[in-house]
Amino acid sequence: MISVDIEKKLKAYQGQQILKVARQFPVGSITKIYGPSGVGKTTFLKIIAGFIKPEKGVIKTADITWTDTGKGIFLPPQNRMTGFVFQDYALFPNMTVQQHMQYATDDATWITRLLNIGKLETMTQHKPQYLSGGQQQRLAILRALAIKPKLLLMDEPFSALDPEMKTALIYELKSIFKELGATVLIVSHNPQELEGLANQELLIA
Amino acid sequence: MDFTPIWLTLKLAGITTLILLAVGLPVAWWLSKGRSFFKIILEALITMPLVLPPSVLGFYLLLAFTPQHGLGKWLQQTFDVQFVFSFKGLVLASVIYSMPFMIGPIKSALQQLPVSLSEASFSLGKTKWQTFIYVQLPNIRPSLLTAIILTFAHTLGEFGVVLMIGGNIPNITRVASIAVYDAVEQMDYSSANAYSFILFSITFILVIAVFVFNKYQAKSPLE
Repeated sequence: MISVDIEKKLKAYQGQQILKVARQFPVGSITKIYGPSGVGKTTFLKIIAGFIKPEKGVIKTADITWTDTGKGIFLPPQNRMTGFVFQDYALFPNMTVQQHMQYATDDATWITRLLNIGKLETMTQHKPQYLSGGQQQRLAILRALAIKPKLLLMDEPFSALDPEMKTALIYELKSIFKELGATVLIVSHNPQELEGLANQELLIA
Repeated sequence: MDFTPIWLTLKLAGITTLILLAVGLPVAWWLSKGRSFFKIILEALITMPLVLPPSVLGFYLLLAFTPQHGLGKWLQQTFDVQFVFSFKGLVLASVIYSMPFMIGPIKSALQQLPVSLSEASFSLGKTKWQTFIYVQLPNIRPSLLTAIILTFAHTLGEFGVVLMIGGNIPNITRVASIAVYDAVEQMDYSSANAYSFILFSITFILVIAVFVFNKYQAKSPLE
């Protein structure tokens, strides 16, 4: 279980607005997060990952407090080890596919398995600039999974995938999530995209 | 022709570049993270040599490190170190004078890297140091090379600041730019031409190298 109760001021075109979310995510749940553009969906994920500090709030898992503004607790992202799939992929231009995976984990068997799932096993020596948009996005997902995260935060993770690839990948991801016992939060603009994958919803408006 | 001034110049430029690389990388990294009033002041001080007349900088360094009083006296008495009219003084002056050429391009390149690259690295459990070494540094390589070459080339061309703190002592502080001036003073145009041609050739090759490293695009030292 991860419990989140945070408040963060956002600078928006219309002026300042407040991102306010209070919610519990049971272990193993897959939550679709949706809402209009600019309400702070990405910021919400980044607050949980520890990249952004909220003005007010508490984030805790079953046994450890990650953030507690009242008590001055802020666990750095390195200690949270949340898998994070960035909307812009955030791939390292200097690293090949294989190097991305090896940077994340030493487990060669796990790397091979993930590369097979993402259909990137023949592209291991390619750098991101030589991959298509869909391949880059799959690499971003695989890299996040490489650390075997207990919490996976995904920001528009399937936007560049063709429908066939998306269906196949989602099928594989479901079993990986179950195997890892991962709690997953997925930001998506497409309401149909996560049908059959997500079992919870969170509207941020 | 005496080649010692050329050798001294190359030695000075090499040592200055190495020191500035060691000092400049952490300072540029720190300056690239957020803004504060103290950082603005420090950045302005680092940038000053770009706009300040070299003789002014040289004059203040001369005052600061003269062994008769103040800091210079303390250094001499405590560590037996004298900066004025010595090669060490030339290195110190060059490090200060060429600092913006090392720090400017590196800081700017670090700021232009998407923040999500560092965040991705942190999410994989990597420390700030690991992220700097394995993610940030390799992805600013063209700017790093530009900074190294510009620092080296700029040090080759120093005159005013070097003359003020080092004087014109043969084999110790008489670098190529001063040798050119000295030769002209003595109406020895042949030597002046030889030194000038060597300096021109080296700096031209270095500037060409900057363009090549940046894929034929010129980069401002402060970019």
